[in-house]
Amino acid sequence: MTAETRTDALTRPAATAPARAPHKPRRGRFGVHLFLTAVSLAFLAPLLLAVYASLRPYEETAQHGYFSWPKRLSLDYYREAYTESGMGKYFINTLLIAVPGVIITLFLAAFVAFAVSRLRIRGGIVLLMFFTAGNLLPQQVIVTPLYVLFNRIPLPWWMSDSLKMYDSYWAVIIVNIAFQLGFCVFVLANFMRTLPQEILESAIVDGAGVWTQFWRITLPLCRPALAALGTLEFTWIYNDFLWALIFISNPDKLPITSSLNNLRGQFFTDYNLLAAGSVLVALPTILVFLLLQRHFIAGLTLGSTKG
Amino acid sequence: MALTFPRRAGRRRLRRFTRRDVVVLGVLLGIPILLDIVIIWGPTLASIGLSFTAWDGIGDIHWVGGDNYKNLVDNYPAFWPAVRHNVLWLLFLGLIATPFGLFLAVLIDRGVRFSRFYQSTLYMPVVLSLAVVGFIAQLVLGTDQGAINTILANRDDPIDWLGDSSINLWMIMIAASWRHVGYVMILYLAGLKSVDPELKEAAAIDGANARQTFFRVVFPTLRPVNVIVGVITVIEALRAFDIVYAVNKGRNGLELLSVLITDNIIGEASRIGFGSAIAVVLLTVSLGFIVTFLVQELRGARDR
Repeated sequence: MTAETRTDALTRPAATAPARAPHKPRRGRFGVHLFLTAVSLAFLAPLLLAVYASLRPYEETAQHGYFSWPKRLSLDYYREAYTESGMGKYFINTLLIAVPGVIITLFLAAFVAFAVSRLRIRGGIVLLMFFTAGNLLPQQVIVTPLYVLFNRIPLPWWMSDSLKMYDSYWAVIIVNIAFQLGFCVFVLANFMRTLPQEILESAIVDGAGVWTQFWRITLPLCRPALAALGTLEFTWIYNDFLWALIFISNPDKLPITSSLNNLRGQFFTDYNLLAAGSVLVALPTILVFLLLQRHFIAGLTLGSTKG
Repeated sequence: MALTFPRRAGRRRLRRFTRRDVVVLGVLLGIPILLDIVIIWGPTLASIGLSFTAWDGIGDIHWVGGDNYKNLVDNYPAFWPAVRHNVLWLLFLGLIATPFGLFLAVLIDRGVRFSRFYQSTLYMPVVLSLAVVGFIAQLVLGTDQGAINTILANRDDPIDWLGDSSINLWMIMIAASWRHVGYVMILYLAGLKSVDPELKEAAAIDGANARQTFFRVVFPTLRPVNVIVGVITVIEALRAFDIVYAVNKGRNGLELLSVLITDNIIGEASRIGFGSAIAVVLLTVSLGFIVTFLVQELRGARDR
C-alpha cells in the first residue's frame, strides 16, 4: 500500500508552483501553541473543578455557585466519602474483580494469540474474528440471557453467599474475562506477528513442545505488550459500571465505580460529596495513567499499527 | 508493506503436533472458546430467540412471533426518540469529536514544543470512567450551582442544561466527546509517527502544500488507523450507557436504546422478551459495522 501511494503522489502533476521550498516543521508557532494550550485547559478544567468543589462546604457553593472564591477549604468530604460510605470496602471489591480478571484474561488471550499468529493453526483467522467480533457487541445485547443464566447456576456457600452465580463476584469476573478476551487477542496477535519466527523455529528444532514454545519462549518476549495491556485492562475493568450494576444486588458487594451511585441521596444529593467521591474513584486510574503512561498508550496503539 | 512479510503458512502446517501438544492446545484454546460461546455468542443467540416471546423471567415462556417488534415500533413511545438519540450520538462523535481528535493529533505531530504535556492533558479524560464523567458533567452544568450557570450569572432564570430535554442530549454528547477526542488523538498520533517521512518529502518536492500532503498522501496511508477509529466511534455510540445513566438514569430527553433494554430487564415489570427485541435492533445495527470491520481486517491479514 505504501508503494502505491508513493507512486501515486509522484506521478500526480504538481498542483502549485514547484519553486516552493519544502516545509520543515517550524517550532514555536504562536497560534498553534495558543490553540493547544486553550484546548488543554478546557480539557483540564472539569477535573480541576471537581477537585475544587469537593474541598468546599455545600452551604457555601449552594449560595455562591461553584465558580466563586472559597471561604473555607477542607478535606471533610473526602473523610465522609471514604469512611461513612465505605469506599475503602468498595475499593477492595474492585480489586477482587479486577486482579483475577486481568490475569486470567491476559493468560488466555496470550495463548489464543500465540496459537493464531505463531502456530498458524488451521482456522486461525476465523478464531481471531470469533473473539474480536465478540468484543465489539454492545453489552446490552447479552445482558438478559446472562441474567437469567446466572440466576439458575447454583454455587456452593463457600463460593457465593447468595448460593447462586447471580450476586457473586464470579459472575462479574467471568463476564469481564469473556468480554475483554477479544481485544487482548486482537492486540497480542498483532504484536506476536512482529516477533522473529526464527526463535521459535530453533526451539522446535530443539524439540520444544507447544507449551514450552508458548510459556518459555514467546511470553517473555511479549512482556512490553502484556504490561501495556495489563495497565489498560485494569483501568477498563476498574471503570466498568454496567456488569456490576446488573449482576450484583447486594450493595455491600458493589465495586467502587458502581458504588458511586450510592453517594446520591434518595431525595437530596450533596454534589460536593459526589465530587469528592468522583475524585477518589478517578484518582487510582489517573495515578496509574501518569505513572505508566507509556504502557498505557502503547496498549491502545499496539492494536492499530502493525508493529 | 506486503512484500516485507513473506508467507510461511504452508511450511508450518506440515509439522505434526505430539499428543501432549494436542492436549495443551485443546485445553487452552478450548477454555477461551467455551467462555466466549457461553458468555457472548450463546446469549446473543438466546436474545434473538427471546425477542419472539413474552416472558417475565419467572413464569412460562410464550411464543408471540413478531408482536414485540410490532409493539416496539407502534406502541412504545420511547423507542423512536432513543433511536434518534443513538443516531445523533453517532453523528456527533463521527463528524465532530473524531475529526477534532485527528486535528489535534496532526497539530501535535508537527513537532511543537511541550507536545508531551499537551498529549498527556488531552488524553487524561480517557482514563476516567464514563460514570465519573457523568458526575463531573453535573458539577459543570448543574442548574443552581453549576460552574457554567455561575459564570453566566443567570441566577434568576437559570438554564437547566441537563434537565431541559431540548439541550441536555447535546451537553451529554459534549461530555462524552471530552473522553472520545483524547482516545482518537492518541491512536492517530501513533499512526502519524509510523508514516514514512520520505512520503511527505516526495509530496513536498512535487509541490504539494501542507494540506494537500495531508489529505492526499498521509491520510490514505493511515487506513488501518482509520478503520480502528471508525469502529471505536461506532461502537462507543451504540454502547453509550454509563454516562446518561449516571446523570439521570436515561430519562427525559436522554433515552438511548441501551437504557431501554436495561429498564425493561431489571425494571419493576421485567419484560424480558420485549427488552430482547430492543437488544436485537441494537445487535443488527452493530453487526453491520462489525462485519465491515472484520472484512477490512481479513483483507489486511491476507496482505501480511
